[in-house]
Amino acid sequence: MSEVLLSARGLRLAFGGVKAADGIDLDVRHGEFLAIIGPNGAGKTTFINMTTGYLRPQAGRIEFEGKPILGLSPRAIVRRGIGRSFQLPQLFTEHTVLENAALAIAARRGIWSPLAPLLRPRWRDEAMDLLDRFGLRAVAEARADALNEGARKLADIAMAVALEPSLLLMDEPTSGVAAAEKMAIVETLVRVLRSTGVTAVFVEHDMDVVARFADRVAVWSQGRIAALGPPAEVLADPAVRRDVIGIAADA
Amino acid sequence: MKREPLLAALGAFALIACAWAVPWLKFILTIALAKGIAVLGILLLLRAGQVSFGHSMFLALGAYTVAFMAPTEPEVLLLLPAAALVATGFGLVIGLFLVRYRDIFFGMLNLAFAMVLYSLLEKLYAITKGTDGIRVAGLTFAGTQPERPVQEWVMFGIALGLAILFGLLVSVYLASPMGRALAGIKTRETRLEFMGVPARRVLLFAYVLSALMGGVGGALVAMTTRHVTPQIAYWTASGELVFIAILGGAGSALGPFLGATAFELVRVYAAAAVAEAWQMILGAVLLVVILFAPGGVWGLLSRRWRA
Repeated sequence: MSEVLLSARGLRLAFGGVKAADGIDLDVRHGEFLAIIGPNGAGKTTFINMTTGYLRPQAGRIEFEGKPILGLSPRAIVRRGIGRSFQLPQLFTEHTVLENAALAIAARRGIWSPLAPLLRPRWRDEAMDLLDRFGLRAVAEARADALNEGARKLADIAMAVALEPSLLLMDEPTSGVAAAEKMAIVETLVRVLRSTGVTAVFVEHDMDVVARFADRVAVWSQGRIAALGPPAEVLADPAVRRDVIGIAADA
Repeated sequence: MKREPLLAALGAFALIACAWAVPWLKFILTIALAKGIAVLGILLLLRAGQVSFGHSMFLALGAYTVAFMAPTEPEVLLLLPAAALVATGFGLVIGLFLVRYRDIFFGMLNLAFAMVLYSLLEKLYAITKGTDGIRVAGLTFAGTQPERPVQEWVMFGIALGLAILFGLLVSVYLASPMGRALAGIKTRETRLEFMGVPARRVLLFAYVLSALMGGVGGALVAMTTRHVTPQIAYWTASGELVFIAILGGAGSALGPFLGATAFELVRVYAAAAVAEAWQMILGAVLLVVILFAPGGVWGLLSRRWRA
């Protein structure tokens, strides 16, 4: 559990006068679930975007499995084993949910076959199995744009999981999901992710979710990490409760 | 039995019956099939959410390959692959640059390349004979040179055979991982990249395939009309291809052929009925399609079939 999978050191990135990353140092350990919390605009998504190659920091370095990944394209980083899901689910909206899943499987297995069908029996079965694990079998044949927000979030994460990453970065996996279904979705998510053994980093605003599922919590504040540790310890910190959770709860 | 193959078989049968019953329609239908093959390429790009306003350049490349080569190599069975090869080569070179762009930039850059080609064809008189064009004569078919009526049937048969071949190829391709990824460019290109799939390469493959089909379509037009002019590369010719794609509908590989046949028939009959205003009739048809049948003729048929 203590071996470092991802290591970020001295990450700095500013948008105009706003410091989205102001010297971020963070280690993500093999197999852990690390929650990132903090108010809107603190730089949480920026960290994910830097790690996945979408944004390039002005200073600092990121190593994944001991090798530098800064400067690599998102495609190259995905191939190294870092997957991500999005705050706004990025599904192929004109495809069915099954096709979305199959396309993600094809991306891993080899997409360059113009004459064999995407939904060939083996990939269809694999895609159905994936959707089954995420509780999405019933909507497999539905168009992705017809899903409710909770199902969209799960499908988005399922596509990332289909790539079999070592590290999965999830940007607000429960935002926009109805309160009544939020815990059920997270239970499903955690069950699937634990079964795959993937290391997960997730940005989250719901402290109940964080307290229940995270192994460690990193508190982001104005581009810096204000606190880092086990949920029980961090979430009990008066400063965090006053300065971060209060703000986050209002956001 | 699936409905699309059945409809394709019915359509092929109807075309043969029309060509047999009304002999002068054979020429029109051969041109329609040739343009339908080229419009299949437009359909591929539409699936990726991109519109090419310059795709007639590939028809021109195919047609001029035939025109240039025919005096020394009149064999149709060699001219067709040669035209396809030239268009594919140009498609690859131009495509490597164009797939970096999207939407209006993609469309207008295609137009720009087509207009450069048009200008060259028009101005380089010593080579292209400018607007006079080049006559294509003396074609042979598997070494033979049959009488004109037989040649017309042979050309019609070749066009129909290639239409079926490319229609099938496009259907299979669109159902493949590459084809579904192509459609993904339209809705979520970002996701493709975060799946490790290079969207540009996916689009490039489709672009090169569309160039190939454009070249074949152009070669068939040259072999059928027996005369090639720079007009085939003009921007209105590219517009015509987009027009046909919208008219036929992008929902199926049958759409381009439905659109091309409807387009050529409307044009012929409208020109005969109202010689001065046939473009107005075509425009009205397109307006009606856009307003009342956004899925084109194919959309209307498939809706009726589902009902």
